[in-house]
Amino acid sequence: MQLEGANGAGKTTLMRLMTSALQPTSGKVLYLGRPVQDCRYEYLDNILYIGHQSGVKMILSAEENLRWMSPASTSAAEIALALDAVGLRGYTDVPCYSLSAGQHRRVALARLSTSKAAIWYLDEPFTSIDKQGVLNLQHQLEAHLQRGGAVILSTHQNLPIDGLRTYVVEPHSDIGLPL
Amino acid sequence: MAAGRNWNWFHRMGSPRWFYETTGRWLPWLWVLTLGLMLTGLIWGLAYAPQDAKQGNSFRIIYLHVPASFLALAGYYLMAIAGAIGLIWKMKLSYMVMKSAAPIGAALTFIALFTGAVWGKPTWGTYWVWDARITSMLILLFLYLGVLALQYAFHSQETGNKASAILALVGTVNIPIIYKSVDWWYTLHQPATIKFTSAPSMHMDMFQPLLVMIIAMYSFYGLALILYTRVEILRRERKSSWVRELALRTQPAQVDQ
Amino acid sequence: MIAESQGFAGYLRRDLLLAYRRRGEVASPLIFFVLVSTLIPLGISPDSARLAELAPGIIWVMALLATLLSTETLFASDYQDGSLEQLLISPQLLALPVLGKILAHWLVTGLPLTLVSPLIGLMLSLPAAGLLPMMASLALGTACLSLIGAVGAALTVSLRKGGLLLSVLVIPLYMPVIIFGSAAVQSAIDGLNWLGPLAVLAAMLSAAAALCPLAIAGALRLVSNN
Repeated sequence: MQLEGANGAGKTTLMRLMTSALQPTSGKVLYLGRPVQDCRYEYLDNILYIGHQSGVKMILSAEENLRWMSPASTSAAEIALALDAVGLRGYTDVPCYSLSAGQHRRVALARLSTSKAAIWYLDEPFTSIDKQGVLNLQHQLEAHLQRGGAVILSTHQNLPIDGLRTYVVEPHSDIGLPL
Repeated sequence: MAAGRNWNWFHRMGSPRWFYETTGRWLPWLWVLTLGLMLTGLIWGLAYAPQDAKQGNSFRIIYLHVPASFLALAGYYLMAIAGAIGLIWKMKLSYMVMKSAAPIGAALTFIALFTGAVWGKPTWGTYWVWDARITSMLILLFLYLGVLALQYAFHSQETGNKASAILALVGTVNIPIIYKSVDWWYTLHQPATIKFTSAPSMHMDMFQPLLVMIIAMYSFYGLALILYTRVEILRRERKSSWVRELALRTQPAQVDQ
Repeated sequence: MIAESQGFAGYLRRDLLLAYRRRGEVASPLIFFVLVSTLIPLGISPDSARLAELAPGIIWVMALLATLLSTETLFASDYQDGSLEQLLISPQLLALPVLGKILAHWLVTGLPLTLVSPLIGLMLSLPAAGLLPMMASLALGTACLSLIGAVGAALTVSLRKGGLLLSVLVIPLYMPVIIFGSAAVQSAIDGLNWLGPLAVLAAMLSAAAALCPLAIAGALRLVSNN
C-alpha cells in the first residue's frame, strides 16, 4: 500500500501509529483483527520499520549496524551479501560517519535482505538513492510481495508495481499531531 | 449497562465545560467563605491571641507560616494525583488542574519560606537556618519549580502535561525520602538542638486561631485552584463554541461603529 | 523481526562499544571531576586541616556534578539517529534495555569516578579512615545517581538546551543520595558506624533500580511523540 499526501499531511504520523511507536489518542490499531495491545510482541516481532531517521549509528561500521538490526540467526555471510546487494562492498568496515547520505540510506535498506519480518513499513525509502538503487529497491519490494509479505510505504515516487493500492492522507484529518 | 452508568458521573466531571459552569455557581460562596475565614483567623491571631511567653509578638507569624507550609505540601500531592488521573484516564481537565496547582503550590512554598525567615530574625537572630523543616521546604520549592519548568518546555501541550505528571509522581515518591533524609542529616549534625520550626506546645487560646487559619488556607487554596483552572479552561478551549458564546455574551454590545 | 540479542545484555554491550568509540567524550566527566577538585583548595584554603573537614562533602558534590554532566547524553544520540524509535517498537519490555544502557553508563562514568576518588581524597587531605567508605559510598551512590538522572534525561531528551532543565529536575531528587553518601564517609572518619548510611544507600539503589526504569520507559514513549 502506498501512502500519498502532501508534505506535512501526516503520512509519517500515520505510519508511526501503525507501528505503535506513537499511541493514538482515540481509535485502535488492529493486527489480524486483534488490537495491537493484546498481541503486541507477536505483532512487533513481525514488522520492520525504516523511518526518516534510519537508526544507523554513525560511529559504528556498516557491518556492525546491519548485524545489530538483523535477527540473531543471521550469519556473517548473509550480512556481507546484503551489504553487497546495496552496493556497499568495500565499505563494510568503515564507520558510517564517513559515508555519504545516500550510503547511509543503503545501510538501512540492507535490512530488507536480512529481515524475516512479514510486514514492512517504509517511510520515504527512495530519498537519497540513485537510479540503480531505486530499481534494486523496487525489485526487492516485488519479491517480498510475491513471498506473501506486505509493504506499506510513503513516497512521492511513481511505482510500477502490480497490485499497489493507494491511500491518500489528508491534512487535518483525524490523523493530526496531538495538540 | 449499570457499570456504564456508574462511571458516567466521573467522566462528566472530566468535561471542562461542566467544571467551568458548575464552579461558576459556587464561586461567590467560596469567595465569601475564604474571605470570612481569612479575616477571622488573621485578626484573631494577629491581634487577639495572647502573646507568647518567650517570643513576644513575633511568633504571630506562624498564623501564616504554618498553614502555608501545610498547603504547600498538600498541594504537591494534589498536583501529583491530578497528574496521575490525567495519565491513567487521559482526562484533560485533570491536567489543567495539575497545571494550575503548580504555581499556587510554588507560591505557597515561597511564602512559607519567607515567613519562616521573617520569624527567624527576631527570634533566633538570623534570617536563614539550615534546619530540617526549612531545608525540606526549600527542596519542595525546587520540586515545584521543576514541574513548572517542564510544563512550559515542550511545544506540544499534551507532551508537557504528561511529562510534568510523570515528574510530579517521581517527586511524590521522593518527598517522604527527602524529608526523612534531611531530618536524619540535621540530627546528625546538630544532635542536641531544639527543632526550630516546630510549633511550641500551644495553649488552646493560641491554637484556635491557628486552626481557623489552616481551614482558611485550605479554602483559599481551593478558591485559587478553581480560579486558575477556569482561566486555563478558557485558554485551552478558546476555539470551542461554548467559549466563543461566553465571550460574546460578556462583551458589551457594540452599537454601529 | 529484531535480533534476540537486543535485550539487556545486547544494549549493555552495544552502549559499551559506542562509549569506547567515543572515549574522548566519555572521559570528560572524569577529567571534570579531577579539575574542579583542584578548585577547592584554590578557592578555600590549602590548609590540610580545613580541607580534611570538608573533603567528604566536597568529593561527593563534585562526583554528583560530574555524573549530572554525563547524564545528558544518555539518550540524546539514540533520539537523534532514530535508534530510540526502533527501541520503542522492539518486542520486549522496555525496562530491560533501559537498565542495560544505564549500567553501561555507570560502568563508564560512575565506576571510574569511584576508582579515582582515592586520588582526589589524597589531594584534599581525606583522612585514611574515610577512603574505603568513600569508594563504597560512591560506587553505590553514583549508580543511584545514574538511575535517577536517566529519568530526567528521558524526560528532556527531545528538548534543545535540555541540559539546564535536566539539572533543575534532577538535583532535588539527588539530595537524599548525597546526604547518606557523604554521611557514610564522615561517620567513618568520626569513628562511628558507617555501615548504616551505606545500607540506606544500598536500599535507595534497589528502589531506584526497580522503579526508575518504569518511569524512564513511560517518559521515552511519551517524548517520542514530540
